[in-house]
Amino acid sequence: MLSSSKVQHIAKLARLELSDKEIVKFQKELTSIWEYFEVLSELDVSKVEPMTHAVPLQNVSRQDIAKPKSSEEAQRLLKMAPETKDGYLKVKSILQPTNYA
Amino acid sequence: MYEFTIRQLHERLVQKEISATEIAQTFLEHAEKGDKTLNAFITQTPELALHQAEELDAKIAKGEELSLLAGIPCAIKDSILVKDVACTAGSKILEHYIAPYDATVAQKLREQGALFVGKTNTDEFNMGASTENSAFGVTKNPHDPTRVAGGSSGGSAASVAAGQALCSLGADTGGSIRLPAAFCGVVGLKPTYGAVSRYGLIAMASSLDQIGPLAKNAEDAEIVFEAIFGKDELDATSLDYEYKSLSNLDFAKLRIGMPKEFFGEGLMPEIEKCLQSAFQKLEAAGAKIEEVSLPYAKYALAAYYILNTSEVSANLARYDGIRYGESRAKSQKPIANSLLDVYFQTRGEYLGEEVKRRIMLGTYALSEGYYDAYYLKAQKVRTLLQKDFDAAFQNVDVIMGPPSPFLPFKIGERSENPLAMYLVDLYTVPVNLVGLPALSAPAGTAANLPVGLQIIGKPLQENLLFAVAKGLEKL
Repeated sequence: MLSSSKVQHIAKLARLELSDKEIVKFQKELTSIWEYFEVLSELDVSKVEPMTHAVPLQNVSRQDIAKPKSSEEAQRLLKMAPETKDGYLKVKSILQPTNYA
Repeated sequence: MYEFTIRQLHERLVQKEISATEIAQTFLEHAEKGDKTLNAFITQTPELALHQAEELDAKIAKGEELSLLAGIPCAIKDSILVKDVACTAGSKILEHYIAPYDATVAQKLREQGALFVGKTNTDEFNMGASTENSAFGVTKNPHDPTRVAGGSSGGSAASVAAGQALCSLGADTGGSIRLPAAFCGVVGLKPTYGAVSRYGLIAMASSLDQIGPLAKNAEDAEIVFEAIFGKDELDATSLDYEYKSLSNLDFAKLRIGMPKEFFGEGLMPEIEKCLQSAFQKLEAAGAKIEEVSLPYAKYALAAYYILNTSEVSANLARYDGIRYGESRAKSQKPIANSLLDVYFQTRGEYLGEEVKRRIMLGTYALSEGYYDAYYLKAQKVRTLLQKDFDAAFQNVDVIMGPPSPFLPFKIGERSENPLAMYLVDLYTVPVNLVGLPALSAPAGTAANLPVGLQIIGKPLQENLLFAVAKGLEKL
């Protein structure tokens, strides 16, 4: 059974805050689903190539030229953001302030 | 009016027997009445539909030529963006998100003059087989309201079955169009991977997702497919090809494969019996049916859920309360103190159970030490399965079987056990892993519940699938 600390570690990697009840629940569920995945251990795929697309498709590229968008389009996107200022997305500080005595 | 086919409604519109506005009003009223119980829609869009109808009636008055889809009421899954309309993906985290642009498929239908009647209910971020994972309630099965409509495109299937729209768009990653189509008794196609642009589809698993049409009959679904397929500059995985519809399929020339792995233990006997009689009709019409084998199919579900959850963990990282969606940076609840807290708390609060479960499974599968044993291995299982299908298609033209081992189940029956829900997609996931096109068509009933027949083809053979389904309707 996946340990509680393992589940908490995964949740931390996934940036998910879980309640204690959720951690217990996920321990059980993730364990049983993971056990189901173990059926793949029967297979030796060392000589098999991974599949990439249903039909052979080469690298699809285009010219590296910026396609300008209207300011109206930009406004639509900014309107959906939780916090903006002067046309920028506003977020919490990413550098911690130091306390000067 | 809800009984009409697309062509029949089109004729009446062209002959000026009805107006686009009348069509819109009829379908909108019908949907408004019925949806209180059915819950096929997350957002109904009467103003949009009436506005589109008004514009269309003006065009008709000027004598402009009409495409087949002009004036046809269409419902769109709520994980596909329709400009200026709420797009929630069935999730609380996008409850107030308004789509800033049209998905390519939405734009194409708009250009054809289709009327958008609403955004349909879906399992949250397309994760589920019953629409029970929607943050906005479950969609009932129109044939039995105590049962599920299937998922994740439950709303899309139910709205068509209930006559709230004449066609709809769904999305299928592991069966999410084919399963609800089967459960609701309508036709649903998952195209070849790359046949339809994914631009504007809220991504779940990028190597598996495809948008596809649902309708009451095969010809209608084909008409919608013809409007939405094709290469899109905005989707690098989309394919460039020509589509030629096939008519009057000669069953005597058709070779059908029945995979023994799809008819084994676990399949409900009522479904098997129903499909046997469909097969008898096909044989009577001259088709050759033989058993085929897909030995690696037994690993498909595990491979699918490893790949699905891994890609989900990457694709859903964007729901972090920064650029869009709900956020704990600015909310009624205690505001998050730090950037990290914004991520943890926003996601912890607004993402649903199944979504969290899959994100964690995927995060685990991709974490250090596990990538080779799980994700990479699953990618190789796809190659093995592709070889199985290639071998089978040497001897047959199409492969047929049940879309699901189960009949539409009761609401709540499978929602407590994640694995029990995953098993519902047993026969649909192999198709997505290999990127093949597959369609579910109504094939009768068992215990008064719809039974679907899954028809699988080689890449880019949607025309053959539709031809077989059209022929089957006449038998």
